[in-house]
Amino acid sequence: MLDLRLPIGIYFAINSAILILTGLFSPAASQIGSSTINLNFIWGIVMGVFGAFMLTLALTDKKKKTPKPE
Amino acid sequence: MAAVAAVPLLISTEVWQLHVGFIDYVIICVYFMFVVGIGFALKKSMVSTEDFFLSGRSIPSWITGLAFLSANLGAIEVMGMAGNGAEYGIMTTHFYWVGAIPAMLFLSVFMMPFYYGSRIKSVPEYLKMRFNEATRGLNAISFAFMTVLMSGVNMYAMAMVFQLLLKWDMNASIWVSAVVVLSYTALGGLTSSIYNEVLQFFLIVLGFLPLTIIGLSNIGGWQAMASKLPPGFCHLWANTAPGAVNPMGCDWMGIIAGLGFVLSFGYWCTDFLVIQRALAAESLPAAQRTPIIAAFPKVLFPAITVLPGMMALVIFPAIGHPNIGQNRFDMALPLLLEKYYPSGMLGIGLTAMLASFMSGMAGNITAFNTVWTYDIYKNYFAPNKSDKHYLTVGRLATGGGILVSIGSAYFAMGAASIMDYMQTIFGFFNAPLFATFLLGMFWKRATPWGAFFGLCLGTITAGVHFYLSTFPTGHPMLAFASPMAGNFWRASTAWSVCFVSTILISFFTKPKPIEELKGLVWGEGPIIDTSGLPWYKQPPILAGVIGIFTLACNIIFW
Repeated sequence: MLDLRLPIGIYFAINSAILILTGLFSPAASQIGSSTINLNFIWGIVMGVFGAFMLTLALTDKKKKTPKPE
Repeated sequence: MAAVAAVPLLISTEVWQLHVGFIDYVIICVYFMFVVGIGFALKKSMVSTEDFFLSGRSIPSWITGLAFLSANLGAIEVMGMAGNGAEYGIMTTHFYWVGAIPAMLFLSVFMMPFYYGSRIKSVPEYLKMRFNEATRGLNAISFAFMTVLMSGVNMYAMAMVFQLLLKWDMNASIWVSAVVVLSYTALGGLTSSIYNEVLQFFLIVLGFLPLTIIGLSNIGGWQAMASKLPPGFCHLWANTAPGAVNPMGCDWMGIIAGLGFVLSFGYWCTDFLVIQRALAAESLPAAQRTPIIAAFPKVLFPAITVLPGMMALVIFPAIGHPNIGQNRFDMALPLLLEKYYPSGMLGIGLTAMLASFMSGMAGNITAFNTVWTYDIYKNYFAPNKSDKHYLTVGRLATGGGILVSIGSAYFAMGAASIMDYMQTIFGFFNAPLFATFLLGMFWKRATPWGAFFGLCLGTITAGVHFYLSTFPTGHPMLAFASPMAGNFWRASTAWSVCFVSTILISFFTKPKPIEELKGLVWGEGPIIDTSGLPWYKQPPILAGVIGIFTLACNIIFW
């Protein structure tokens, strides 16, 4: 059956790419206290890290790769 | 959340509009493609009814656990809890720390061995095995009826919210969401619904977490926020002595007896919508861990639901005064999205909201098609057919359930306060049902007809109580400080009537022979030996850890 970590990883990697690109080309500023941040860019990286983590878990799962005994 | 937090989402007047850009629509489209894609990817794995309705009982506990939590994150949870946070303050977390966690832990340690161990396919089926066909039929029919109506209410709420926020056409919202939910639930069954619920869980956490961080930073932290909120908004228990004034209008007894015991246990321990997720787990320990794994994030969830609502009251002091139109408490979350999220993150936030609405529909539909196929169709209309036949019926029931849901969504449009009533009615079906289960699982002498008539009397009591406390001609004794207090006391009354009447009738009716109760009643149940598991996989230890953590949270925010 489909390993759920795979679609989750891909989904958040795509969202991450969209947010990072949006943050780079259209750097809207969000106010935090007295400073401003590029929220799309920063949160895009956070989502990218999460997506990469899920993809790594899915692709390196040893249990899945072990062939079942006949 | 116990299913009774009556949170009106109806907004009758025009409001401001969220400024959604092209990129936000791209993010929403990507989500739609993924949820339908997951359904297609799972279709080939759905070869039997056990695959379709119970995911082949093969899902790891981390997935069933997060799905268990997400199945409850429907329309009312995310926006409604933020709205309640703005209206009642931190007391809203009673719905989590009193109204959910203890019941989830009880389900895990004490009830799950009977549910999973008896190899039932649905909660009504347990009632048949433990009691009789009449009790199963009563529960199955009322549950099927309620689930499709709740699915429709989710649909209607979504259409209403997105019309108000984005000016989307309500008809288009209802039909598009119905087609998407139908696509992935009919293709991939319960597994598809569970997978999408887990995706939704991460989306909600990652979509709304920045709101809490940015909002709290801008206000100046917890202490600064507390100083700007009305008195009592940052205390859970300090103002709950009888007669004391608190934002929720409930004393500690109502909270513990009504919400903490009857309503939450009634919902979390008997509602097939959530229990179905645990039944899909790969083993009994995994099924037991399911509610516990859900409980860990559940304890922390107020940080992204209740806390933003409290922040909204500081940032938008006019919210809720008056509680209509753009000032409604329920607008807390959209208002914060508009204030803090640029295009891009706004798309993520909106997708998280969409996901929660659609997940609410899908969860109800998958529970409905199982109960319809196993407990109603197979039992009353077409017994002894092939497995393939029931699989086809299950898929058709998914379509039928969606169509009825669409009908109920339009029905909800015509009745201004239908959502309030639906939530309340849903609650009073579950409250007496918990008494039936409690006696069924822990008292061997509880008889089939005792359970049936007890359940009937409990439900009727809740209906009469609701009528008397809702309409102005009601008895003055049934006046409550708030609708929520009324819900708590109604549930307690219905539960008590069911509990006592089941016991009394049981003494005058014939019990089932003890040999028919093997694996169904405490003392006759399966012996669970978890000693071979490492400590971090043993349900009682995990339940103890989360119980202590929840208690600590209650003390910290006393």
